Formats: sequence, C-alpha cells, structure tokens
Amino acid sequence: MSQSRVSYKTSDEVDFVIIGSGAAGGVMAKELSTNGFRVVVLEQGPYLTEADFSHNEIDVVFNHQLTNNPKFQPTTFRKAEQDKAQKQYSVMYGRCVGGSSVHFTANFWRLHEIDFLERTKVGDVPGASLVDWPIRYEDLEPYYTKVEWECGVSGLAGASPFDPPRSKPYPMPPLPVKGSGVIFERAAKKLGYHPFPAPMAILSQPRPGRSACVNCGFCLGFGCEVKAKSTALSAMIPLAEATGRCEIRSNCYVYRIETDKTGRAVGAVYFDAKKNSHLQKAKAVVVCANGAETPRLLLLSKSAQFPNGLANSSGLVGKYLMPNSGAIVFATFDEPLNDYKGFAVSRIFHDFYEMDVKKTGIYGGGGLDARFDLTPITFALGALPPDTPKWGSGFKKALNQNFTRTMEIFCHGTSLAVETNSFSLDPDVKDAWGLPALRMTFRDHPNDLKLSEWMKNRALEILDAAGAKAKWSGPIQEQQFAVHLLGTCRMGNDSKTAVINTDHRAHDVKNLFLCDGSSMVTSGRGQPTMTIQALAFRAADRITALAKRGEIG
Amino acid sequence: MSGASTGRREFLLRAGGSAGLAWLGAQWPSIVAAAEHAHQAVKSTTPVKFQVLTPAQARDVEAIAAQIIPTDDLPGAREAGVVYFIDQALKTFASDTVATYQKGLAELNSLTTSNYPGVKQFADANNAQQQALLHEISDEVKSHDVGGRRRPQTAASNDFFQTVWQHTIFGFLVDPSGGGNREFAGWKVIGRDPEHSFAPPFGFYDKDYPGWQKAMEAEEKK
Repeated sequence: MSQSRVSYKTSDEVDFVIIGSGAAGGVMAKELSTNGFRVVVLEQGPYLTEADFSHNEIDVVFNHQLTNNPKFQPTTFRKAEQDKAQKQYSVMYGRCVGGSSVHFTANFWRLHEIDFLERTKVGDVPGASLVDWPIRYEDLEPYYTKVEWECGVSGLAGASPFDPPRSKPYPMPPLPVKGSGVIFERAAKKLGYHPFPAPMAILSQPRPGRSACVNCGFCLGFGCEVKAKSTALSAMIPLAEATGRCEIRSNCYVYRIETDKTGRAVGAVYFDAKKNSHLQKAKAVVVCANGAETPRLLLLSKSAQFPNGLANSSGLVGKYLMPNSGAIVFATFDEPLNDYKGFAVSRIFHDFYEMDVKKTGIYGGGGLDARFDLTPITFALGALPPDTPKWGSGFKKALNQNFTRTMEIFCHGTSLAVETNSFSLDPDVKDAWGLPALRMTFRDHPNDLKLSEWMKNRALEILDAAGAKAKWSGPIQEQQFAVHLLGTCRMGNDSKTAVINTDHRAHDVKNLFLCDGSSMVTSGRGQPTMTIQALAFRAADRITALAKRGEIG
Repeated sequence: MSGASTGRREFLLRAGGSAGLAWLGAQWPSIVAAAEHAHQAVKSTTPVKFQVLTPAQARDVEAIAAQIIPTDDLPGAREAGVVYFIDQALKTFASDTVATYQKGLAELNSLTTSNYPGVKQFADANNAQQQALLHEISDEVKSHDVGGRRRPQTAASNDFFQTVWQHTIFGFLVDPSGGGNREFAGWKVIGRDPEHSFAPPFGFYDKDYPGWQKAMEAEEKK
C-alpha cells in the first residue's frame, strides 16, 4: 500500500514523471523530491510491503509474485538477426515498487577504474564495440560512497588489494561469515588469491526503521520482511514519500512517452490497473524502467517526428545488450555447512578483475563469490549432483545428505558490447495489453564464453584445494536468459554513437532523461546494481542543476 | 498445523525485536497481519475432501508421489500431505495442468492393467510393479539445468510424470504457509530448521572462525 502523502492529478504538470521505481527510479524519486521538485513515479507492478512478502517459494519464485510474469508479458528470443524469434521466457526483472532491488542477491561491487577506460587500455576487440565511458571512476566515486551510506551497505574497506580508491569506509561492518565463505577463503588463500568479506547491500546493524539481517535464509528471489535488505523500497521510497512531494503510483504500465510538435516530451501515457489510459503531464520525463523496458518504451513511442522510436536518431536504442557472463560450480563437503541460513554471499575475490590479455588471450575479467542462494525447492530442482537418481530412495537420500552440505562458487564476468545483441519489439507477439512483446536477440561474444570457461576451471581448482567431497558444473553454453540488463541506451558524448549524454539527457530530446542499467557503456564484472544506483545519484544531481538553471523547460 | 505459524510468527516477532521499539511501533500492524495470514493459510489448506481429483485419482497421485519421495525412517511425500497440496494446486496456480493429470492418470492405468492383468489401478500395484511402471513413463524426465545460469522453471509442463514430479517436490518442500510440507516433514528430511531467524555460527566450518583479520594473519604465518 502506498504511503504517499500527496497525490497529483494527471492534468497537473508536475516537475518530473519518473517511470520505474527500482534501483535507479527509487534513488531518482528520493533525490528529486528532496531537492524540492514535484514528482510522480509510475510503477507497472504492485506496491507490496513487508506484510505481503512471504517464504512461499511457489508464489514468489514460480508464480512470479515479484517479477514480470511471462504469462501476461511474454518475451521472445533469437540468436541472430536473420532468425525468427520464438516465444521464450528470456528476461526477468522486478515488477513491483522497488523493482529488481527487492529480490536481488545484494552483492554490491563498485566498478573499478579499468571499467571506464578499458578500450584505451586494451585496444579494439574484434567483433565487439568496446568503447570508453565518457566519465571516469573519479566522477562516480562520491556517488558510490553515497549509495553505501544512504542505502546501507556492509563491508570492510581496504580488505581487497584490488579495490579502487574510496573516500570513506563502509558505514557498517561486514555480515557474519558463512561456512561457504570460510571454505572459500581458506582454499583461495592457499592458492595465492586475496579473498575478502563481500560488500553486501544488507544491514549488519539496525538503522532507524530497519532491522539488521536475521539470517532467515529466504533472500535471493524474496522480499525482505525486516527491511534488512537495502532495496529501493526499504531505503529510498520512504524518504521520497516523506517529502510530501512525491507520489508513488503503482499498477501503472507506461506504454508511451508523448511528445509535442517541438519534439519536447509532455508526459507519460499509461494503463491503470483497469486498463484505462491516462496521460500524466510533466515538465520532464525520467525513464528508469530497466535495460529492457526503457528501450522498449522508447521504441513504442515512435511518432511522425521520431519514426525510429523516441531518442533513437543514432539507431542504437536497445543495442549493445550486456547480461554479464559467468558460471556456477557446485560442491559438497563432509560436514554440514547449513549455508541455507543467512544471506547468499559472505566471501569474494577480485584477483581476476583484469585479465592479462597477452597471457590468456581473454579480455575483460571477473570476480568469484562463495555462496548458497538456494531455497528448499530450487535446491531440489537444480542443485543435486548430475548422477543423482531423479526419484525414489536415491533421490531422497541425496536431498537428505546434500541440502546442508552444498555450496556454490559463482563466477561473474564481462560481457563485451556487440551491436547485434539487443532488445527490440517483436513484430508478432503481443502482451496482455496488446503491446508488442520484448524481443531479445543475443549471442555471447566468443571471448565471454572463453572467460566463463576459464573462471569455471579456477573455481573447480579452489574446490579441489578445499577438499570438496564432490564438485560439478554444467557446460558453458550461450546464454538465452538475462537478468542483468545493461548497455541498451549507452552514454556518450556523440549523438551518433550514444543515446544519452553525461547528464543522462537523451541527445535527441531536451527534457527526456534515461537512467538505469541501459546507461552503462561496459558491463563491469557483474553486480551492476551498485553502479546503477551511483549513476542515479549522480544523474539526479545533474538534472537538479539543469532544472535550477532553467535549462530543461 | 500450528507449528508452521508459530515458527513464522516467532520469526517476525524476533525480527521486529532486534530492530528496536521504533521499528516495532511502525510495523506492528503489518507484522500481526502477516503472521495471521500465514496462520490462516496453513489452516485453510487442510482440506476435508478433494476438490479436483476423484478419490481413486487421489490414491494414484499419492502412490506416485510416494514413489518419488518414499517413506523410510524419515517421512516421505505421504506424510508431507503432498496429495492434498497437489489437489489444491490443481484448483489454483496449476489449474492448467488438470488435463495433463486426467490424461496421464488414465494412460498410466491402462498401462497398469495391460502390464499386470487384474490390477485395476496404479495404487493397487505392488511396490516393484509401481517402480517398473514409473520407469516406463519417466524415461523422458529431463535432467534439470545444473550449469550456466539457473532460471526458474515454469510451473506448467506437458509431460505427466515431469509435472507430478515437480508438484511433489513443491508439496514436499514448500514453506507450510504454501499448503504442503505438513509438520515440516520435507524440511526434516533435508535438514532445514523450521525457524526463520538464525545466529552464527551456522555450521561446522564457520564455528571456529577467528574473524577475518585473525584468519588472514594465521594464513600469513603458514
């Protein structure tokens, strides 16, 4: 239920309409309303709170309580542009107030300096469109710090020799170590790596109105009932609403950004819960709908003046999709870890953050984390050794032995930007509102598969060194499913090669701003939410300055 | 079935307690609401009679579930009330699989009668016969995705055995507020403590952990 203290009429021309209330939209709502602006946030999903969250895996995970439901919003997939896309559940994102931050793992890694200028450092990569960011790590550092302190991130500054410089320590100590973390730490150290306590957007100490983590064990995929997870919902939205200037309007599915004859955005058109259409008028529009829905909305907003979609004179809206690469390795041990208790990740390392291209022939890099992110049902369906009988007493015995003794090492890595990897509008398939479905076209750059394979083998070595009783992993395959939705409206100074400028303003539309995973120029090494929120804090500063100078109007 | 709601209520209360009074004051009504909701859910999913399955079909479904997760010195699908969970599922979120069940059960029973003349339905077959029959229809059960990125599997499937298999796991392991896992039978088998609030150390490997700094120093010395 909304706690909004204000509600605007759709005919009120508010200062900003923000589309999406997730990691970026939540920050944007809080910052812009705090700065004195009148804000309406339109969220396509429901406004759920702690009382609505549960540990019922069927409702939450399998019936999509917190995420887009492919039954009503089908997606399609194809590997190459010449193929016909087939209906396939290929994209998952948060669809509720707070967006994907409600159900995320809460791994909060900053980008490193290299992520912003990798092209300069490694040169051209054949088959990829690798470019430098128009901003640098130093530009974003103050905002990373802001995220850590304002949202609440636990961690230990200086614990990793690979960490980029920081202006302030974390606001609170790391979460407790888990069995998976101890096992990983000891083995990684033995092999000469530098494991350290994972920075996590989960409170290790209570904050006003929010509990510290109680280690309930239903974390990834679930909403936090005690507000320990630092989501947009727990950390940002309440502050936005408390200003009395921000209305969170849920169950509002925006399908068009309206423009006038001068090419200026005039507001957002949406279906309400009863599928009635409304236009919320605003002086400026900020789209924070995620790296899939933001480009889709721009493509849906085409007009005589913008025949290829809004803000798409470059033709790059929806392109350069980067979902991050990776691999999962499982292992069992002799004694119980009981790793189902607590949050997912307690130890990571970044020794592979910058791969040595000359030595390995692999670009980019990655990080490894030790985790257990499974709940009883997802465990039984997906985490038993491959030779386990599928039913009967052998199956039961494996359930009995393994649930408390299993851990994972999750490898996260670079996705190189490839122009043909994209989100676009499916020409045939429609959603339950009659709108063109989201179509994903994707084939991993060969480098990213190589990187995943390489990291997987390092993870297996670590588990060997740890004395695992058994270890296994599936083959590295081309990905057909994305949760990190990055790069699809990239930032850049040149309107021919980028969709937004460094103020997050669309090159083509003066009062339209885009900020979410779509803004990213490179993929980082996984864990994009921290960066998405830092970008949002920075963008809100830039937008505020423009508005106060009268340069948006 | 009070165990489930007690565990959950305790979780919520403890969680509130650890955050201090301000949090409790603000959240009290919703905490109570959530706990009560869970309590009601557990109560209301203890059915008096089957709603979708006929009694004969229910016997077959229960027998299949009991083959998937048999009873030994630990409880199995039968004790977890999986068949009641499935019947409820067929009325609600899995209603699109009713036809799969109807057709699948009919086919399984003709297979039963043809393989074992005189045996009327699957549930009446003996243990060895039931296992042979299930092997015959389950050859196509696909191994799930253990590598690469996991993706949540959709609840619906066209394959009868695959569908019952998944629903059995759902009913055996779901938090009891979801209508299965009676008396935490499933969690007893996997070793999941029904509490929803834990303090470290969690297990064997972290119990003597000296803290990160000390652990690093100890490693340096080696």
